[in-house]
Amino acid sequence: MDPLLIARWQFGITTVYHFFMVPLTLGLGPLVAYFHWRYVKTGQDRFKRLTKFWGKLYLINFAMGVATGLVQEFQFGMAWSEYSRFVGDVFGAPLAMEGLLAFFFESTFIGLWIFGWGKLKPKIHAMTITIAVAGSWLSAYFIMVANSWMQHPVGVEMVDGRPVMNDVWAVLTNSTALVAVPHVLAGAVMVGGAFLMGIAWYHLYRRRADGIDTVVDGKVVIGEQRETARDTEDFHAWWYSLRFGAIIALVGFFGTAFSGHAQAQLMIEQQPMKMAAAEAACEDGTEFSILSVSFDPASQSCEHMETLIKVPGLLSFLAYNNFDTDVPGVETLLETYSQQLGIHYPDDPEIYGDYAGQEIDYTPIFETTYYGFRAMFTFGGMSMLVALYVLWVTRKSGAGTVPESRWMKNLQLAAIWFPFIGNATGWIFTEMGRQPFVVAPNFQEDASIFLFTAAGVSPEISAGTYLFSLITFTLVYGCLAVVEIYLLSKYVRAGVIAAMPELTEDPADSDDRDRDVLAFAY
Amino acid sequence: MTAFFEQPTLPTVWFIFIAIFWIGYLILDGFDLGVGMMMSKIFAKNEKERRLLLNTIGPVWDGNEVWLVTAGAATFAAFPHWYASLLSALYIPLVLLLVALILRVVAIDYRGKKASETWVTWWNRGIVVSSAAIAFFIGALLALTTTGLPVNESGNVVSAFAWLASPFTYIGGVGMVLFSLVQGMAFVALKTDGEVRHRARARLAALLPVAVLPLLAWALYLQFVGKSAGALSWALLVLALLAVVFAWVSVRADREGRAFVGTSLFMGAGALAIFSALFPNVFTSTLDPDFSLTVANAASSDYTLTIMTWLGVFALPLIILYQSWSYYQFRQRIRVEHIPAVHEIKELPRGR
Repeated sequence: MDPLLIARWQFGITTVYHFFMVPLTLGLGPLVAYFHWRYVKTGQDRFKRLTKFWGKLYLINFAMGVATGLVQEFQFGMAWSEYSRFVGDVFGAPLAMEGLLAFFFESTFIGLWIFGWGKLKPKIHAMTITIAVAGSWLSAYFIMVANSWMQHPVGVEMVDGRPVMNDVWAVLTNSTALVAVPHVLAGAVMVGGAFLMGIAWYHLYRRRADGIDTVVDGKVVIGEQRETARDTEDFHAWWYSLRFGAIIALVGFFGTAFSGHAQAQLMIEQQPMKMAAAEAACEDGTEFSILSVSFDPASQSCEHMETLIKVPGLLSFLAYNNFDTDVPGVETLLETYSQQLGIHYPDDPEIYGDYAGQEIDYTPIFETTYYGFRAMFTFGGMSMLVALYVLWVTRKSGAGTVPESRWMKNLQLAAIWFPFIGNATGWIFTEMGRQPFVVAPNFQEDASIFLFTAAGVSPEISAGTYLFSLITFTLVYGCLAVVEIYLLSKYVRAGVIAAMPELTEDPADSDDRDRDVLAFAY
Repeated sequence: MTAFFEQPTLPTVWFIFIAIFWIGYLILDGFDLGVGMMMSKIFAKNEKERRLLLNTIGPVWDGNEVWLVTAGAATFAAFPHWYASLLSALYIPLVLLLVALILRVVAIDYRGKKASETWVTWWNRGIVVSSAAIAFFIGALLALTTTGLPVNESGNVVSAFAWLASPFTYIGGVGMVLFSLVQGMAFVALKTDGEVRHRARARLAALLPVAVLPLLAWALYLQFVGKSAGALSWALLVLALLAVVFAWVSVRADREGRAFVGTSLFMGAGALAIFSALFPNVFTSTLDPDFSLTVANAASSDYTLTIMTWLGVFALPLIILYQSWSYYQFRQRIRVEHIPAVHEIKELPRGR
């Protein structure tokens, strides 16, 4: 067993898993804060319901994001100690900034928000969720600064074989980070929008299926079911969520499209091999591949690669904004990489383990980059189409509701997953596309600053130990995924009343003291 | 004592910063880990009491835990070699620590999300076990970095199981579990009213003199092996001892506020007695003193440390300020009678 491979699987599994919670936290948070402010400003019951219901789901997911984030903070040192020693001077700083300037805000103020109902003044209370959400966005920025440095190291000089920071501003304004941050945030916004859409659609559908709302002569007649708090206000809350979610999802989609385009143009400069691998493009050319097939997938070589369907000029447009500049292919790039960085790993078993002296494979695995890239924008695009459809269905305000179609309801619920999958596959593409480097060389500045993934892993830890932790984390995460989805579905199915039991309580039953302590959350 | 001036300035400053992060974590998460353990049969008598206990830390536990995250990240930034060597040396116990940390966050948050006895019982067990495990492994981690492991010249520990053989794994681990219990009881006595408050006070008075012994033994050991052990570290150790006496006298006089200050001061002074004796080492090698990681050979560049210092000087007071504000907002004592009835989350009835 290869310890490096197991360590990589572990980092991949724990990080991709973490990034199912993160975009929902980033995307749903601002929406909850917005609903809360609208409630504070207007006093409308509708916005209180939106704040409470979406806030409840936000918190269930928030807990998992925090829990899985802890692993991230420690596993660099545990499993990647050589990497940590190599990059510590520059990579640790953004992580520390994240802790001190973002995560502290986030965690302290989320506690104030959860327990602040009826205790803090309304405006201060709305401010606490705003600060918590701002903390999470700032946190995303610092983490992306750290990740971007691995894609494109800047602001450093080589001293005694290690990069030493000499310009923190260059690190914080890394061009890679400046396009990656909007891309990640827009992807998260899409997740938030799609989450609202799918669940709001489900509840509007349920209101019809349960016979509360009816459609007479093409117009909706809004009914009421008091004992479950599904009254007129309930309808409007879902209607609002549905349309609002669709608009947010569209904003997110166009955000990812524009920032993604900018990223591709930067990538062709900074990590040309990743772009070529995304296209499985062996030779230089202008064509964007619609379907490429390898006739011998195991060989990982260009000889058997065949592009069956292609669009001439499109790849050049993505990369250079014109239709005829050749984008360098894998074979051209292989020559450049071998010339500049060598053909074999240094013969140093203490650092490179079994890889010492072996030939370096500079091409990322085509299957993951090619399909990862395509899955990312396909699922993003599908989410956009769903949002457009939702806006079309709901175009007549005050007149319409969703069709009473079980099939369409199921599709809308499934569509919640689309941007999640887009996020995950995008990450898998960009991280796998960086291989065999953990810190990719920056050819424009100092190409001597890079680190092979094979040199980053902790030297004294055996494959068996890595396997133990890989299995442990995977089992724990698997169980927790079941629990989180179970809880989220339970709260979704129960509707607004789950987050606001007071809606169906007789006001005469509860005295003032009871109302005061409803603030307790646990 | 002279050692402080022989070492480079910025790494010394960051040694102090990291000591502050750890002390912040040990004092603050100390009580909420203790409250977690108190949710077992050893303290709580019924479900309402368990919920009362959980709600005493409800608004603040998440913020407390960030002190640990920040201690980790700041160590990475300021002393990457310390971060890399220590964390990889303790790979297996840290996997267990992380599982416990994950379990605890989820258990605290999900425990009350469903009104089923089985659900609540299992998540409650999760809170108890994970709180104890976190306290144990954190105590072990700090005890081992201060007392040493077989670190070779590359900074790597030669055996993945070396930690099992050191007595300080158990002294630090058990010491932190006991301290957390004491700190938790002091906090509950301060934050609740009624029977729970009185029980916490009585248990604290009984447990305190015994509970501090392992940590005192660890601090005392450092006074004999620490490179900078001297007047300062001894004075801090005496201060820690006086703080215990103060806490004990206070709790017997029913002064909960003073008792909590006493136990917190014990941890603060005790940890400083250890860190100040340890200096300039950060991770001692038991193979060869020359292999030990020190503030000088484990630190980042002066440029990075300068940036980090500005960051710390700006951020730390701000964090202390708003966390204090958060504690101030939730300063009232709570009682069992305040805990509301459980609401069942029911699926909406189907059909017309």
